[in-house]
Amino acid sequence: MKKFDKDRMVLAIGAPLLALVAALVITSGVIGVTGKDPFHAFYVMLDFGIKSDSQVWIINKAIPYYLAAVAVAIGFRMNLFNIGVDGQYRIAAFCAAVLGGALTLPGFIQIPLILLVAMLVGAVWSGIAGLLKTTRGVSEVVTTIMLNFIAASTIGYFLQDGRLAVKDGNLFHTPDIPASSHFFTIPTTPDPIDGTLILAVVTGAAYWFVLGRTRFGFDLRAVGRSESAASASGVSVKRMVVTSMVLSGLVAGLVGMPTLLNKSFNYGTDFPAGIGFTGIAIALLGRNHPVGMALGALLWGFLERTGTQLEFEEYAQEIVGVMQGVIVLCVVIAYEVVRRYGLRMQQRQVGEQLAKQARKREKKAEVSA
Amino acid sequence: MRRVTKLAAAVTTTAALALTATACGESSTDSAGKKDKGVGLAFDVGGRDDHSFNEAAARGVDKAEKELGVKSKEMTAGNDETEADREQRLTSLAEAGYNPVIGVGFDYGKSINKVAEKFPKTTFGVVDSPSKQKNVAGLVFAEHEASYLAGVAAAKKTKTKKVGFIGGVNNALIQKFEAGFAQGVKDTDPKVKVTSQYLYPTNTKGFNDPAAAKAKAKGMLDADNDVIYSAAGQSGVGSIEVISKKKGTWAIGVDSDQYQQPGLAKYKDAILTSAVKNVDVAVYDLVKSVKDGKPMDGTTSFDLKEDGVSLATSGGFIDDIQKDIDKAKKEIVDGKIKVADSPKK
Repeated sequence: MKKFDKDRMVLAIGAPLLALVAALVITSGVIGVTGKDPFHAFYVMLDFGIKSDSQVWIINKAIPYYLAAVAVAIGFRMNLFNIGVDGQYRIAAFCAAVLGGALTLPGFIQIPLILLVAMLVGAVWSGIAGLLKTTRGVSEVVTTIMLNFIAASTIGYFLQDGRLAVKDGNLFHTPDIPASSHFFTIPTTPDPIDGTLILAVVTGAAYWFVLGRTRFGFDLRAVGRSESAASASGVSVKRMVVTSMVLSGLVAGLVGMPTLLNKSFNYGTDFPAGIGFTGIAIALLGRNHPVGMALGALLWGFLERTGTQLEFEEYAQEIVGVMQGVIVLCVVIAYEVVRRYGLRMQQRQVGEQLAKQARKREKKAEVSA
Repeated sequence: MRRVTKLAAAVTTTAALALTATACGESSTDSAGKKDKGVGLAFDVGGRDDHSFNEAAARGVDKAEKELGVKSKEMTAGNDETEADREQRLTSLAEAGYNPVIGVGFDYGKSINKVAEKFPKTTFGVVDSPSKQKNVAGLVFAEHEASYLAGVAAAKKTKTKKVGFIGGVNNALIQKFEAGFAQGVKDTDPKVKVTSQYLYPTNTKGFNDPAAAKAKAKGMLDADNDVIYSAAGQSGVGSIEVISKKKGTWAIGVDSDQYQQPGLAKYKDAILTSAVKNVDVAVYDLVKSVKDGKPMDGTTSFDLKEDGVSLATSGGFIDDIQKDIDKAKKEIVDGKIKVADSPKK
């Protein structure tokens, strides 16, 4: 039994290690092909990435990435692919910004209200996809992508002068949220860390607890593994589909909050887009694990932070994009390779044991004969 | 076993966080060199070779390199960037000792004013956005005036009496192009119908998506529009390509004189004219002012009057209507025509 555990550990460490080594080798190759020195590139990245202001930057950047990854992971655990996190968080942040700009309540009421509205709007947006899947059998992949476009167009329509936005130079944005409703920051030098970090931590903990430690989470994962088995044991698959889409949307609604409540304080034409798609990559990278995804989000932030520095040293700016892609591919492939290897090893062990027993029995039979 | 791994992971993460909270180690500002290194240029999405807006800025810097002997460093924005990315790019340039640091595009409007506060001795410049700091020079252009002239040309040249406008992103800046163009067409020939469409409602990817512009232009051609004006940065290359394939139709370029561009040489016979925005002149002026020790500040407007914007004549396709254009130009300069800078609702 003890030996088996050791094997498992080797496998658990083997997969990320294999992925990391493979990713390093491939990116070195790519940088080499462009005629640059890959080792110097890694040195520059490491040197710049561990500077104190870089650390703060990376953490702040990782917060929305982590939230997006959790939103995507909730779907993944249930075998649903929520590509619509991008649209969900944008429409949620937009509605929350409109509300936040229109009200002037004390912060301790208004901030929770803004968060609540964002979560609800995100949930409604993803819930549409969930309902369409259960009632009409439309794939959530199709509906969530379509809903992304609908969200973008809806925002584009209302984000015009005279509708819900004001004009500021060449930008349109919703009225600013009053200063009393700005989220706190954690004072660190030289730059502060966004207080919305606690949103990410709480969300991560809730994700771990609900999915890993409750009956509901068990049901959800069971449906993800096998729908027929789950429904045979009395789980309503349809209800689980809608619930998990709604949960995914609730979390997706939070993705825009670090930007809205800690950075921009309004939703403008310059509000970041595309975080939902980054979330998919990070959920894959972190294997849907609450800690894994946190590391993935930080890694992403690190790569983006140091990418600018690479450009400074005359490396192509696209190198970072290549690295991110290679890392995700390597992780997905490495885990699959290791999983298959582990499976084969297990089969061999079982086979050997069976063979041993069979041999023993044969011997006994010979002796008695 | 699993519990131990989890515990270890939790401890490591907390430790890493604590480390950051106390901000161990030096910050990148501490170790940066502070020499005068020349011009730091931060491009908008699309990069230097977008045949349009960024390229015009790059031309200004190239000229400064040649004539003033300054050095330069160029950096490019990616799609889906956030404020943090832009702030970092500008900070890196300022920290490394580049002066002036110029952000090309209104996307840098907020970040440049913020970063400028931290580097009071560096001059910053931003194209298409007003200045809000003492050491920031805002370089803005009267795009609607040049677009008005493009509208006059389109109205004179159309045979189907239908012309189109393709905007990259539906924002206040591109709406200036749309408003000027539509007014120019209507004032010249009220019977001509203008169709205005945008590639993206908000996403700045609209300036870097030639495929989307191609599809949009194809749709407009199928609907019988025979002159199409694209104000969409690098995306415009897509529409110009499609338009060049249909006989008897014209494309109107934007920002740079697109007829002259080597990258578009294949399609140049379809480029009627371009609404040129002399970003190069503005950028050169800024670099020169810093070099001379009298850096520009505040918001400077470049309009039709001082040739900050103009309508290109290369190719000779609008020679026959030049007097109409000159007349319109004179009326704008004299203030007889007021060009609206946002479209009628």
